[in-house]
Amino acid sequence: MATEYKTIVRDGLWENNGVLAMLLGLCPTMAMTTSATNGLGMGLATAVVMAASSLLVSAFRSRITQEVRIPVYILIVAAMVTLVDLCMNAWMHELYKVLGLFIALIVSNCLPLARLEAFAAKEPVLPSFMDGLFMGIGFTIALTSIGAVREITGAGTLFADASLLLGPAFKFMEMKLMSPDKGVLMMILPPGGFLVAGLLVVCKRILDVRAGKAIQMGGAHSAA
Amino acid sequence: MKQQNMLTHGVILGTFCLGFALLLAVTDRVTAQDIAARAIEDRQNSLSQVIPDSIHDNNPVTDSVAMKDGQGNEITVYRATKEGKVTGVAYEIFGSGYAGKMKLMLGVDAEGKVLGVRVLAHKETPGLGDKIEVKKGDWILRFAGLSIGNPPVEKWKVKKDGGQFDQFAGATITPRGVVRAIREGLEFFAANKAQMMDISAPKEPIKGEH
Repeated sequence: MATEYKTIVRDGLWENNGVLAMLLGLCPTMAMTTSATNGLGMGLATAVVMAASSLLVSAFRSRITQEVRIPVYILIVAAMVTLVDLCMNAWMHELYKVLGLFIALIVSNCLPLARLEAFAAKEPVLPSFMDGLFMGIGFTIALTSIGAVREITGAGTLFADASLLLGPAFKFMEMKLMSPDKGVLMMILPPGGFLVAGLLVVCKRILDVRAGKAIQMGGAHSAA
Repeated sequence: MKQQNMLTHGVILGTFCLGFALLLAVTDRVTAQDIAARAIEDRQNSLSQVIPDSIHDNNPVTDSVAMKDGQGNEITVYRATKEGKVTGVAYEIFGSGYAGKMKLMLGVDAEGKVLGVRVLAHKETPGLGDKIEVKKGDWILRFAGLSIGNPPVEKWKVKKDGGQFDQFAGATITPRGVVRAIREGLEFFAANKAQMMDISAPKEPIKGEH
């Protein structure tokens, strides 16, 4: 049992990382990684949605018939997203002002749907919940790293406005590394997102090769 | 047999829809009040930046009248009153920037002088056009105290167009749009001053959403 959870955690965080290995969910990845803080916020919101919807799908898996499973999955993900959207608007308003527009887009993120179909639909509740959660955390790590690289090179700061996201206690995370005039503007614009995401995928593969692992081909087929 | 199958699927899907609709309805009920309160707070924050506290003893957020602006848009005019007199107003103005519409909040005192301008929303290029935000630069602060006539109306342009306002390096279209929006906002004030200054104008019901 314990080894099974270990695999789930390893898969979610590294081996099968949603962005860096499977290249899923790239739309919010590109849009929301202009700063590390935005990436972190978007990642955490996605992780909550993924954990909750994996749990629900797994709990109802014996009642969902093959024919209607896709609409039911979408219904569940959409309901969870709306829930997160409303709660964030009410109780985490500062963050909501930054991410608001993109929360609704989690529905169209193919990563939750892929995990529901590939994992939660077949597995018991707890492992499914763990899978959703750790895939979400892996997504968060990827988004935060991409955001960090783009923010440092583009704006010269790191975790700017993190205190808005996490509360005043996290003010220490906000760093100014160089004057914003020295930043490479392109890194904050859309092309920077593709460049950095691509480079990080390469970095992950280099690390995997160094570790003597066979390179898995990324993409949806390895997720299924 | 096939018929019955279809029915089962329909019932399953329908049950899920009903269940989650219920869940969302409950969440909506629980959060509705807080969300409305946040929207009013947001309003309050943007208004307090363009209407100084010293000129009013009312709450401008809850004291507003509905009007039509120059382009026929419905806008809400928030009023600052002190001792029964309207001392200033604030309303949203719109400018066209490099990447679409920019939304600003303009505060004007009873004489038609700018109390303050702040950008509420824009899609300008980060690092270039976004210097109109007060967070990124003090450019937007220079409008305080100005009015139509000071400078004269033909000088309400960026320097490149023969006016008196600096554009910033690498961005002309953004400041041009902002200057124009402010000028039009002031002209709107001049044209509707009587109605805006009328303390007895019917108040608009408080809106949470915007």
